[in-house]
Amino acid sequence: MSISVKEVSEISDQDAGRRTPDYLDQLEAEAIYIMREVAGQFERPALLFSGGKDSITLVRLAQKAFAPGKIPFPLVHVDTGHNFIEAINYRDELAQLTGAKLIVRYVEDTIKAKGLKEQTGKNASRNWLQTFTLLDTIEEFEFDACIGGARRDEEKARAKERIFSFRDEFGQWDPKRQRPELWNLFNGRIHKGENVRVFPISNWTELDVWAYLKREKIALPSIYFAHERELILRDGRLLANTPVIEKDEDDQIVTRQVRFRTVGDMTCTAAVESSAATLDEVIAEITVSRISERGETRIDDQQTEAAMEDRKKGGYF
Amino acid sequence: MDLLRFITAGSVDDGKSTLIGRLLYDTKNILADQMEAIERASKSRNVGEIDLALLTDGLRSEREQGITIDVAYKYFQTPNRKFISIDAPGHIQYTRNMVTGASNADLAIILVDARHGVVEQTRRHSLIASMLGIPHVIVAINKMDLVGNSEDAFLEIAKSYQELASKLLIKDLTIIPVSALNGDNIVDRSANMPWYTGETLLSVLETVNVLKDQNLEDSRFSVQYVIRPQTEELHDYRGYAGRVQSGTFKKGDLVKVLPSEQESKIAKIEFGGNEIEEASVLESVTILLEDDIDISRGDMIVSLNNSPVVSQDIEALVCWMDDKKQLKPGNKYVLQHGTARSRCSIRDIEYQIDINSYEKLDEVESLKLNDVARIVLRTAQPIAYDAYQRNRSNGAAILIDETSNVTVGACMIE
Repeated sequence: MSISVKEVSEISDQDAGRRTPDYLDQLEAEAIYIMREVAGQFERPALLFSGGKDSITLVRLAQKAFAPGKIPFPLVHVDTGHNFIEAINYRDELAQLTGAKLIVRYVEDTIKAKGLKEQTGKNASRNWLQTFTLLDTIEEFEFDACIGGARRDEEKARAKERIFSFRDEFGQWDPKRQRPELWNLFNGRIHKGENVRVFPISNWTELDVWAYLKREKIALPSIYFAHERELILRDGRLLANTPVIEKDEDDQIVTRQVRFRTVGDMTCTAAVESSAATLDEVIAEITVSRISERGETRIDDQQTEAAMEDRKKGGYF
Repeated sequence: MDLLRFITAGSVDDGKSTLIGRLLYDTKNILADQMEAIERASKSRNVGEIDLALLTDGLRSEREQGITIDVAYKYFQTPNRKFISIDAPGHIQYTRNMVTGASNADLAIILVDARHGVVEQTRRHSLIASMLGIPHVIVAINKMDLVGNSEDAFLEIAKSYQELASKLLIKDLTIIPVSALNGDNIVDRSANMPWYTGETLLSVLETVNVLKDQNLEDSRFSVQYVIRPQTEELHDYRGYAGRVQSGTFKKGDLVKVLPSEQESKIAKIEFGGNEIEEASVLESVTILLEDDIDISRGDMIVSLNNSPVVSQDIEALVCWMDDKKQLKPGNKYVLQHGTARSRCSIRDIEYQIDINSYEKLDEVESLKLNDVARIVLRTAQPIAYDAYQRNRSNGAAILIDETSNVTVGACMIE
């Protein structure tokens, strides 16, 4: 299926003229302010781009922040090799249309170079290994700030993280030693080798992101909308049927109409049954959904009560 | 629909997290899987009933100790408004966390335990709310069920709170009797306190007017970044990217650039590359000027006939946030004000404020973690500032330790 991301690179004229202030404008203005603080305070920032809706939102915000100039930092993607092809194609097309520089680094290469041991078995995922590739990439390009699309409503450790989140030279987050973050005065001063992860949409909810994508008329990878797909039914969850997921006799192969509510690595992102084929229908479904985004679709968060906190302490996004 | 940011102050014992949990629960903002998770956690901790407080404690050590250490953010909405709830710990050793949370709040909910009335920490939380210029304060007198839902008990506490408030700068005060545990007067009106005819907590949160809190008079714009595409068609383009801190800017406005005092006229205002007529407080825009003058990050564009103070000498209230080193006269720091940074040196500690008793303490030699004091400092470069109580965004500054790079002080310029 071909995807048109043309609209993403063109900012519509609807913003011209007086805007009535509402929460989306407020959130947008805050995020643009944060993007510009990154460009103003750091020498070598990067935008971590996954192909998911949150990082697509970041790209639009960056375009608006620096228009009519180009986005003054590269898009960086850590590719596990287990990504949805639709997201990868979208990524390439978007980079081309925005004129932003795209840097891709592969977990596969890190595994080979460092002799890392992959998880094995049916729930094996390279999700954790992304951290190694990310830290290597930061070192390779000497990035001093990495912009990410994490939101505080996603997960309880993220609810405690600063917008400018200081990381030591090992990329580690120390929740007990976070810098106080007052007003909108972001302190990005660091020593060489340290870096800051910056989360401009910290204060957005899942629904805010969808509402913004709709308002901005931003096209998304097709897997966000209902489509027929062959899936693995495992423990009540629907996973993409792909060779990168090891199957056993307990797994059932089924064909269902589904969409993906989050788009991450195929091994840790589950689909939801849905007939929502448009942004409006997706928003309507999420509005009445009684289950949280990560609760419904993320296998990586559910191993322990502190799964995300532990990953972040190790240098994760 | 607009956005309201509010902070809840109080200790665990006051039922602060329970109150937030109750607000989320009664407005149907808790999702099924989150509810299941706290039911599981409540069971494993043998707390009997479902502990709504478990919704907000995010870090492992917080769950282990059953306390809130850091500032946590929660998001919920009703048909009328979107809310960002800022949950900060209430114990005195976490004063800096409350100051941090309060810095971005439009409204503060101060919890008072009906059994204990106005206590030391009520005084402390109220002072912080006042000092940080939070325009709206709701005093929620909680655990009314434990004092027999008595009107007399409520009136007595309300009276002593009003006495306290008269010593502070609180523009808009509402006092509400509640029971977070039972949900009385939180979202739904209480059948247990028929004598209370005022608003519920949620109804105040939904209707408080935050637009009026903005400073629309003093036009201030800190330059964050200079946009210079340097392409063929945009060869001479020079746009100043920033956020309107206060006031409004229009095409054709006569402006002044500080601290250089150069004058010019606004040629164009843009948003996302499109021209707009005017930009108002909190909007992130790009300003283009008619004259080709030297402007860089840290400079401030203001209206020609309404200027902030431009000075190297600053007097400010400071809340000290460093747990390792103390603030002493003679110490040097980096002051960050808007997008400007300047080295500065502490000239004097005029007096310290006891944040529980409000007494002024003279002859203080140094400040340690969580101390509040009025200080005098001198910056290496002139800073363009307004008084904090008049203009929150242009009267706020932070102090940064030059060697550790940690944020060590919150300054409210007087």
